[in-house]
Amino acid sequence: MKKIMLMSFVLIAALLMGGCGKGKASLTLAGSTAFQPFAEKLADQYMNINPDISVTVQGGGSAVGIQSANSGAAQIGMADLVVLPAEAEGLTATVVAKDGIAIVVNPANKISGLTTEQVRDIFNGKITNWKDVGGINAPITVVSREAGSGTRSSFEEIVGNINLKRDALIQDSNGTIRETVANDANSVGYLSHGLINEKIKALKVDDQECSTEAIIAGNYKLVRPIFLLVKGNLEGEIKKFIDYILSDEGQNTIKADGLLPAK
Amino acid sequence: MKLFGEKAVRRILMVTAFSALSGLLLIALFILNEGLPFIFKYGIKEFLFSSDWYPHLGKFGIYPMIVASLWVTLGAMIVGAPLGVFGAIFLSEYTPRPVMKIIKPTIELLAAIPSVVYGFIGVMVLAPIIRANFGGPGLSLLAASIILGIMILPTVISISIDSILAVPQSYREGSYALGATTWQTTHMVTIKASKSGIIASIILGLGRAIGETMAVIMVAGNSVNIPNTPLDSVRTLTANIALEMSYATGMHRQALFATGVVLLIVIIILNSLASVAIRKRMVKR
Repeated sequence: MKKIMLMSFVLIAALLMGGCGKGKASLTLAGSTAFQPFAEKLADQYMNINPDISVTVQGGGSAVGIQSANSGAAQIGMADLVVLPAEAEGLTATVVAKDGIAIVVNPANKISGLTTEQVRDIFNGKITNWKDVGGINAPITVVSREAGSGTRSSFEEIVGNINLKRDALIQDSNGTIRETVANDANSVGYLSHGLINEKIKALKVDDQECSTEAIIAGNYKLVRPIFLLVKGNLEGEIKKFIDYILSDEGQNTIKADGLLPAK
Repeated sequence: MKLFGEKAVRRILMVTAFSALSGLLLIALFILNEGLPFIFKYGIKEFLFSSDWYPHLGKFGIYPMIVASLWVTLGAMIVGAPLGVFGAIFLSEYTPRPVMKIIKPTIELLAAIPSVVYGFIGVMVLAPIIRANFGGPGLSLLAASIILGIMILPTVISISIDSILAVPQSYREGSYALGATTWQTTHMVTIKASKSGIIASIILGLGRAIGETMAVIMVAGNSVNIPNTPLDSVRTLTANIALEMSYATGMHRQALFATGVVLLIVIIILNSLASVAIRKRMVKR
C-alpha cells in the first residue's frame, strides 16, 4: 500500500515538473472560437521552430478574448468583431486575418443563394418557409449563435437591422452550428468561412459566392477582421509570435485552411 | 496520549464535516452577493415576469426560461416518474431477491453515464427521430424531457426500491392472510406504507432534472421562447447561465448570477420538500 502511494506521488511530481520544470517561456491565447483552430495550428508550427517556447490556445469567444487580454489571464486575446467594443480601447489590436461569414444550409437544400434582404427576413422571422425563397414547401429552422458571440454580432452588424426571431435555435460554437445544420435538412445558420466542409453547403449572398477569391476581391460582403489583442505595446515573445503569424509562412497557413490573409 | 489522539481525531473529523457545509454556504453567499443587487436594481417583477431577454439592449426578463425549466422538469417527471416507480415496484415485489440484487446496481450505473453522453445521444438519435416523425426542429422541449426522464430513472428507482423494501414483511403477510393477491397487497398495503419514500424519490429526481445543464443545452435548442407545443425549442435557467457566461460582462453577467439565485431558491424549495417527505416516513414508523 505504502509503495503504491509513494509511486503515485512520484508520478504526480514527475508530471507536475514536466509541465514547468524546464523554464520554458509560455504564451497563452484565448478568445474567438472561429480563429481558435488556426491559432492552434500556428502555435504548433511556431513551437516546432522555437522549441523553447510553449504556446497554449484556449477558446471561449471574442468577449473572453478581450476580457482575458485586459485581465492578463492570456497574453494575447483573439476577437473576431467588426467593431471592437469600448472595453478593448486600451489594447493594442493587430489584424492578423480576415474571415468571411458563410450562410450555410443542409446539402439536401436545393437553394443556391439568397439576397441580403432575404437573409435578414429569414433571421427576423418574416420569411418562415423555404418556398418563399424558391425552395421546397418546408418550414425554415433558423440556427444562430448566443448573444455576445463575435460571429453573431459581426453577422448582425453587416446584414443590418437584425432582430433575431424568438424561436431560433441557439448553439454556442461554430462547430455545433455546423452539426445542427448538417443534421437538419430545413435549417439555415451562419459560421466562419474557414469551417465549411462537405457536411454543409454555403449559399451565395447577393449572387456572390463565399469563396476566398470573392472575399479577397471584395465582392462578398459578409467579412470581418480577426484581431489579436495585447495589453500594452507589442514586445518580446508576444511580438515575435505575432510577427510570425504575419510572416509569409504564417499567412500561408491561414490561407491554406480557409481564412484570408490580413493584407 | 490516547486521550489526545481521540481529541485530535474528533477535531479533524469536525473540520471535514464543516468543510462541506461551508462550501455550500460560500457558494450560496457568492451567488446571492453577485445576483441580489442586480435583482433589486433591475426590479424583481421585471426580471421574473418579462419575456424580453436582449442582453445587448439591457433587457433581462427570464420569464421564458422559468417557464421552460418548469415544463422541461414536468416533462421529465411524466416520462421518468411512472417508469421509475413501476419499475421499482416490479423489481421489489415481483422479482426474486437475487435477480433484483443484480438489476438494481445495473440501473444505478445509468447515473454514472456523463450527461454529455446523454446529450450526444439526444442530438444524434432522438432529435432526428422527433424531427422526422413529428416535425419541428427536433431539438425541443420533448427531446429534453425524454432525455431527462431517462437521466432521473436511477434516482427514482433506487430510492423507491429502498423505501418499498423498508416496509416490514409482516404488513405483506397480514394482507396475504386476508386472501389478497400480490397486486392487491402491493397497491393497497406496500405502496401506501412506502408512499412518502416514493414521493421523496420523485422530488429528488425533480431536483436533478431542473439542475441538469449539459444534456439540456445539447438537446433543447436554446431559443428564448415560451413554448406553445412540446416540439418547440426552449432554453432553461441552467442553460441560460452556461451558454452566455463566457461572453457576459457588466449587467449581463450580474443578470446571469441573478438567474442562478432564482435557480438556487427553486432547488432549495424542492430539496426541503423532499426532506419533509422523508422525515414524515421516519415519524410514522
